[in-house]
Amino acid sequence: MSDITESNLTLKVPTSSGEFEREPVPQSELKGANKFWGMYAGEHCAGTEFMIGPLFLLNGVSLQNIFLGLLLGNLLAVLSWRFLCAPIATQARLTLYYHLEKIAGDKLVILYNLANGILFCFLAGAMITVSATAVGIPFNIPMPTIDSVFPNSIAFVIIVLAVGSVIAIVAAKGYDTVAKFANVAAPWMILVFAACGIVAFKQLEVSDWAALNSLWSESIVFAQEGQAASSMSFWSVVFFGWFCNAAMHVGMSDLSVFRFAKKPSYGWASAAGMYVGHYMAWIAAAFMLAAQIKLLRDANPVPGPMAYSVAGIAGIICVIVAGWTTANPTIYRAGLAFQAIVPKVSRFKVTLFTGFIATVAGTFPAFAWKLLGFVGLYGTILAPIGAIIFFDWHFIRKGDAARLHHAKPSSSFSIPVLLSWLIPVGIAIYFIQVVGIAAHFFPLPCWIACGLLYLALNKKEATA
Amino acid sequence: MTLVLTILARVGLILTILPPTLFLFDGMTLSTAKWVMMLGTILWLVASPLLQKKHEEAAMAHPSDPL
Repeated sequence: MSDITESNLTLKVPTSSGEFEREPVPQSELKGANKFWGMYAGEHCAGTEFMIGPLFLLNGVSLQNIFLGLLLGNLLAVLSWRFLCAPIATQARLTLYYHLEKIAGDKLVILYNLANGILFCFLAGAMITVSATAVGIPFNIPMPTIDSVFPNSIAFVIIVLAVGSVIAIVAAKGYDTVAKFANVAAPWMILVFAACGIVAFKQLEVSDWAALNSLWSESIVFAQEGQAASSMSFWSVVFFGWFCNAAMHVGMSDLSVFRFAKKPSYGWASAAGMYVGHYMAWIAAAFMLAAQIKLLRDANPVPGPMAYSVAGIAGIICVIVAGWTTANPTIYRAGLAFQAIVPKVSRFKVTLFTGFIATVAGTFPAFAWKLLGFVGLYGTILAPIGAIIFFDWHFIRKGDAARLHHAKPSSSFSIPVLLSWLIPVGIAIYFIQVVGIAAHFFPLPCWIACGLLYLALNKKEATA
Repeated sequence: MTLVLTILARVGLILTILPPTLFLFDGMTLSTAKWVMMLGTILWLVASPLLQKKHEEAAMAHPSDPL
């Protein structure tokens, strides 16, 4: 997932040296299609993929629902990138932040940054946990189990603190080297994910679909201690696949990426990320847990030991690298988001503090175990902001980039935008937390409600 | 030098994916496959950054080259 983060930062994270944070990207700076295909393939092969696949098994999802649900969910995600995000990005050519600032004012962007930064912190925490499970293997440290909410040992806390500190310091010092290393590692990581899946599949010792299905069902029963109940239906898997990156496509965070694209058709490049990272890698990781259950009768989805069991030292390195190269930019971006709130404090200090928060979160394995729910919540909170941009672009600016570029917000803190965002999100959080409906069902209704509310409130303000 | 690094990097990738494929078809034991994969990993992680550096140097020398 990643997933939600970026291994290629050269397109994404603004720097002080000509990344066009506050101006449209000029024609001379547009990139070729290959850059986008490579970036998406690498970006979505993150440490968290090692967690998400096994969590499907633990939630009792049938093999058929995984294969077909993810096929459809990922397709819908790709279509969202291609037809919702990329067309606006290639016409307006602004970052999400600057685009939003023109509509909602700079102070509301700070609020969005705060939400973004906090969510990034917890996501980075889960990535640090994933990396720590691999670092702990040579030291023979007992890993937390699926029931662990709190750290299970002092040794695990020390490992997490050590891993988190290194990641935070590197992020605070600048991420150039890590970003380059992430790009270098991406093709190899994809192959290690595939290798893990191949070995795990072989270890399952099945010769046809029926045998695989039967073994999968047995694994679910074992993991659920005698129960075969599934908490995720076909549509649940579809919506999860579609919206686990909701903040990026319908949420328009990837305007910052596609503003460098020559044509909106480059949006198809997201298919590389979805079908490599969110299909092949998730299924490979799910097979790893099934193989572990079959061979060791152990249903703990701890990435380090699982990868070591099927791919040896290459597997351990892959888990560390996948976690590190994605946690690092996530902390960096959370730091940037927070720095916008306290611009007088140096980026180094803010990023270091952000890394500290993420590291503390990483000591609690529950954040990693609850990744499915967290990812849905992340999309529910952030994606509706994309609806503001989408509805504003099509119904108010009428697709006119010049009109947007010359626009000035009517206020530095737009109340219509704030209400349009918070009302649907508030209702959704009530249903998620109190009623107990899965979070990944809410990005879509929140997105639509937010867009319609924005149009209605904006019209009311204009006539007042 | 660039050619050597390119070959080493590609061999690294092949050694990462070929052993599990051979294991799948009973052509290699898992233990051997893991060792070869580790070798492939080292090759890729050593050769590929050096290769990238070479490419960056070449790009600096010819800044008008398309990306």
